[in-house]
Amino acid sequence: MSTLVLTEAVADYGHQRVLGPLSLTLQRGERVALVGKSGAGKSSLLSVMHQHWRSRGAALMPQELGLVPSLSVFHNVYMGALATHPAWYNLVTLAKPFRRDVAAIRPLLARLSIDDKCWAMAGELSGGQRQRVAAARAIHQGGEVLLADEPVSALDGPQSETLMIELTQAYPTAVLAMHDVELALRFTDRVIGIADGGIALDAPSVRLTAQDLLPLY
Amino acid sequence: MWHSATVRLSLGFVALAVFCLGIADLSITAHDPWHELGRLVQGLVQPDVSAVDDLWVALLRTLAFAFVGVGLGATAGFLLALVFHSRLVRGICAFVRAIHELFWALIFLQFFGLHPLTGVLAIALPYAGVFAKVFAEILEETDPLPERVLPAGSGRLSTLAFTRLSEAWPHLVSYTSYRLECGLRSSAVLGFVGMPTLGFYLESAFAQGHYDTVGALLLLFYALIASLRLWVRPLLVPVYLVVAPFCLGSGLPIVWSNVSRFFTEDIVPSPLRHGEGVSGLVGWLGDIMANEALPGIWQTLVLTQIALVLTGLLALALYPLVSRHFFQKRDFQRAFCQRLPFRQHLAVAKGHSTGSGRPGNRLAHLLGHGLLVIMRSTPEYLLAFILLQLWGPSMLPAVVALAIHNGGIIAHLVGRRSNEVRLRQDAPHGLERYAYELTPRLYGPFLALLFYRWEIIMRETAILGILGITTLGFYVDSAIQEIRFDRAMVLILITALLNIGVDVLARHLRARLRLRHTANCEP
Repeated sequence: MSTLVLTEAVADYGHQRVLGPLSLTLQRGERVALVGKSGAGKSSLLSVMHQHWRSRGAALMPQELGLVPSLSVFHNVYMGALATHPAWYNLVTLAKPFRRDVAAIRPLLARLSIDDKCWAMAGELSGGQRQRVAAARAIHQGGEVLLADEPVSALDGPQSETLMIELTQAYPTAVLAMHDVELALRFTDRVIGIADGGIALDAPSVRLTAQDLLPLY
Repeated sequence: MWHSATVRLSLGFVALAVFCLGIADLSITAHDPWHELGRLVQGLVQPDVSAVDDLWVALLRTLAFAFVGVGLGATAGFLLALVFHSRLVRGICAFVRAIHELFWALIFLQFFGLHPLTGVLAIALPYAGVFAKVFAEILEETDPLPERVLPAGSGRLSTLAFTRLSEAWPHLVSYTSYRLECGLRSSAVLGFVGMPTLGFYLESAFAQGHYDTVGALLLLFYALIASLRLWVRPLLVPVYLVVAPFCLGSGLPIVWSNVSRFFTEDIVPSPLRHGEGVSGLVGWLGDIMANEALPGIWQTLVLTQIALVLTGLLALALYPLVSRHFFQKRDFQRAFCQRLPFRQHLAVAKGHSTGSGRPGNRLAHLLGHGLLVIMRSTPEYLLAFILLQLWGPSMLPAVVALAIHNGGIIAHLVGRRSNEVRLRQDAPHGLERYAYELTPRLYGPFLALLFYRWEIIMRETAILGILGITTLGFYVDSAIQEIRFDRAMVLILITALLNIGVDVLARHLRARLRLRHTANCEP
């Protein structure tokens, strides 16, 4: 893929229009930060992008993470690659994982410091650990573009740095909605500001500081 | 107080029950009931295990029927739950589970005869209907988000297995294990209509007055249900499921001509069989309605109302037995008031017994639990049968049997719910705690459970007719004994419709009072 395009996209909750119509284009290798105050429509925009671009290989990391609490961390991360294996392979993995997949996933978990929880049930983890599992799943999926909604909100400084580095290495093309403006500016090339259901700002990150984004909030 | 819809409804039900008390026949007609009761108690205290030759075979058959029936029902119910959005499937499941296992057994006996298939299908069919509904509810409550997050092209089966099924699995398993206990009760009761399970031997022992054998069978049955958690382990269940079909016994071979005759002749209404046409059919139906269906419905409803209120009263009275607010395993208060060394204080805080707790309290706790376990483990049919032998034919044994069984279940559930209530430290004790603190808080869930049980109480009331009380089951059984299966089928259909009607009414009332119930409430 060279470009991903959204044309006149809208998002409604029932009869209420939350977003749009708005259009934007995403180039390959471009990392975008979505900023805006709470309720502006960032999650809705990511959701709309995922609906349109899912078949083109988009990986979604929602704010509520979407983990299955009764499955282990390994199985949750494995779910990122469900589409690459036949159905029988997936069903057998539910009961007894193949060594090949364990060898592929464990190093990823180690890089995110949750290797010791590999076989723990996802429902028993802390918030920060679960966020790292969801990130590992997105990385394991190896898609074309990452759509992440608050990917590091539950992590402390050093951990969020590590995770941002891992995510940006795995996904050169990404759209990240974040409330930590400093972190967003450092790891992205382009900033899109959302306000009142529309795009209020669209500029390269190098030219902006945190002060410039204050009006959005 | 009159402004509360809950209070008005409760008092309305009580008034209805009192009215029904006036018109019901509740007399003890036995010759010397206390003497019979004494003999039964003596049989329980001094059971005779050696009397019945095939005692252990009966136990094995009871277990086998339960496992195979519940296993088939759970599998079929699960498959039906996956397509539960279809109205036709929902309707069929509602109809199938409205007919009690004993009625199904009576139907299947007519063409499968005394073959194990009768018992297995009699359990599997209605249970499939219940499983379908509950499994569908559980699946519906799973989180839809993981499914959205999966990459495109993941395949429907893989998606289903990894998202909805994995999340629902613990709930599915816990509900199935609860249903297994119900299946054991159903399996034992099927013996009363001829299946080679415990009920069969109980009936014959009672008929011969061998109360020591009765005691042995009853105690074995309680031991079986009480020890269920010990030997039903997750890894052993597949083993049991594979072995169970071979332990069903051979029974009598199926005469297949019976099957074809049943469906082509026996259940075809007699006016149609004799060529009297629609007018004859209408007259025939009217005759059934007037002489059998309506009196049966009336008696069923009267009995249900009395049993419902009695159940409620019993449950309200007994739930303190299993509530930690009244009976505790350890006596915390006394230990803290005494001057104990610090070590022992810590031990009490951690929940260990210090030995200074009143032994009487612990005993009361155990007895309370034991009483409720016995009350809810004994099938209503069995209780009613025993009470009928003791008190003679009337409505009283049925009402008491229903109240004991269902009261035990609801008392247990309300008691467990009361353990989650946190009272302030200076809350009153004893009767005031019960009347002012706990019962008002628990009344909502209690009513929800009672309405849930209403439909089941009604279903059991209909069935108790087989024992001789003139509810709908009585007319069904009479029709079968007179070999008029067409009348029997019509009456069974009417029973099913009545059951569905009460279910709808109960749900409507619960919605109006906004009483929430979860899938964990046992239906």
